[in-house]
Amino acid sequence: MGFLEVRNVSKNFGEVEVLHQVSLSAQQGEFLVLVGPSGCGKSTLLNMIAGLETISDGEISIRDRVMNDVHPSKRNIAMVFQSYALYPNMSVAQNITFGLEMHGVPRAERQSALQDVAKLLQIEALLDRKPRQLSGGQRQRVAMGRALVRNPDVFLFDEPLSNLDAKLRVDMRTEIKKLHQSLGSTIVYVTHDQIEAMTLSTRIAVMNEGKIQQLGTPREVYDSPSNIFVATFMGSPSMNLFTATTSADGQGVYAEAETGDGETLRLRMAEPGSALSNYAGKEITVGIRPESITDPDGAAAEDGASQIMRNRAIVVEPAGADTFATCLIGGKECVARVRADADIRPGEIAEFSVKSDKAIPFDPKTGERIA
Amino acid sequence: MMAASMDTAVRTGRVARTLIYLFLLLFALFYLLPFAVMLVNSVKPLSEIREGNMIALPQVWTLEPWLAAWSTAQIGVDPSGLSPYFWNSIRMVVPAVAISTILGAFNGYVLTKWRFRGDTILFGFMLFACFIPFQIVLIPMARILGLTGLAGSTPGLVLVHVVYGIGFTTLYFKNYYQVFPTELVRAAQIDGAGFFRIFWRILLPSSGPIIVVSVIWQFTNIWNDFLFGASFADQDSQPMTVALNNLVSSSTGVKEYNVHFAGAIMAAMPTLLVYIVAGRYFVRGLMAGSVKG
Repeated sequence: MGFLEVRNVSKNFGEVEVLHQVSLSAQQGEFLVLVGPSGCGKSTLLNMIAGLETISDGEISIRDRVMNDVHPSKRNIAMVFQSYALYPNMSVAQNITFGLEMHGVPRAERQSALQDVAKLLQIEALLDRKPRQLSGGQRQRVAMGRALVRNPDVFLFDEPLSNLDAKLRVDMRTEIKKLHQSLGSTIVYVTHDQIEAMTLSTRIAVMNEGKIQQLGTPREVYDSPSNIFVATFMGSPSMNLFTATTSADGQGVYAEAETGDGETLRLRMAEPGSALSNYAGKEITVGIRPESITDPDGAAAEDGASQIMRNRAIVVEPAGADTFATCLIGGKECVARVRADADIRPGEIAEFSVKSDKAIPFDPKTGERIA
Repeated sequence: MMAASMDTAVRTGRVARTLIYLFLLLFALFYLLPFAVMLVNSVKPLSEIREGNMIALPQVWTLEPWLAAWSTAQIGVDPSGLSPYFWNSIRMVVPAVAISTILGAFNGYVLTKWRFRGDTILFGFMLFACFIPFQIVLIPMARILGLTGLAGSTPGLVLVHVVYGIGFTTLYFKNYYQVFPTELVRAAQIDGAGFFRIFWRILLPSSGPIIVVSVIWQFTNIWNDFLFGASFADQDSQPMTVALNNLVSSSTGVKEYNVHFAGAIMAAMPTLLVYIVAGRYFVRGLMAGSVKG
């Protein structure tokens, strides 16, 4: 039984169903990130946990208490909004303590809670200011202070970093992670940024079209995506996908695709007799991450599953720490991530090392991973 | 301010500029002339007016006409001056403006932040109130006032003006709250504030500009209203506008033009004051609904 439990929850707006039978649970102290493209229903789900949207079907419970008909203020949750939603007419201190005041907490207690939170977030100097006198990062802190001061069971974050500039966003991301580690609070965090999801979460729920596509640790979601959507949504640059023909023999199941130069790339995908062998002779979609295609010198020597591919680099993009080289596999453009000093020139043939054990087979029709 | 306007203004030649100012001056004079005539004649003895020189400055300055208009002039049958009617107007305008503004704010809050089925249609009907000519509602209104026993009283007039003004105030506040972030309302809900508390503590304190607009609009309209005042008020509740009419039309022999002018200025003074004091917020508030920031 989870600390936060979402069971078969659906949401309809009139005829339109935006969430279909979503189930998930979070343990106490977990940092659960809901990630997905816009319109996938992640914010709707968060609002339903908060009680700001009604639940059309299913059940949401926190600490074994069913919350479906409980008012938002009685759920012992706190929410940080994308726009921060600071009350413009109140000072920072009033903003932070407003919730406590509404819950009838005596003034002295409110003040000491305020001081604690202000100290934790280093906003003691700002307490008398109005929100409009604060910078984006400061507003963000105040919004978090308003959530923290309530000491809720669950924190809900609705894309809290998306209004900050790039540098501040990274700083605040680290800060949120630190807070979570020191306070051990339970957090549900919505974002469309897969890097935020990867870095912050203890578990990720990847959502699309009102359904949870995959729920797992960042590693699981990244390394073994359950379908093509998850594979391409997580990771940047995104996973390479190309079509390959399957064949099987006594040694294993293989996927074959033609490289840009007419050679055949033959990847050993699975053990003989695995689910993939049913696809022998058929076409499948193979997914492989850019970092699994690299220059032979850059590939770790102990990687037994690596094999060499000769291919013509179409485009070479130095990105500082690494260089991205684009080449054709199975007629599709695939990105290889090679060392910055690798000797690869556009238009010329180079050798790449492909980690075939990192290649993932997908059913081309359903998009599901062939396990 | 000056530097900015000079930088952004389209540059014109010296001649064109002079012409423009000349025209502006001319029109300003044209519009100020009637007021100047009123002012000048309100401080003249009647004899000077009767000699026929309306434009000239007074030879003898006197405040006599102002005092007369305020406290002794003949209004209808009573030589009471305008002062009781001035207070009638105040007693009518202040509650009517306050109630219609508060109700408008409340309607705007509900129509934007607590949407319900049919709210757009309801708002459409309320907007309709802005376009109904005064005359059409006279008879139904008289019937209502009769039934409620408010006919011929100040509360009756307050009711009439509140009902008539709600369409406008609702429109103002709805437009203003439309761009007020709903996330604030949601944050307040999670913080535990209820329906009314969110309104009083969050929305209303942030509504300064639009309150000014609503107050100016309502104040001007209600203060200047003649038709409802003439139709629904009795002797003890007649507003300033009706009394001014009575002052001008009831005579005890001679037409005291200087007293009439003083009375007319008195009747116009409160709305003028409201504009002078709060006028610049008026434009700002009107813009607030349409342009964000």
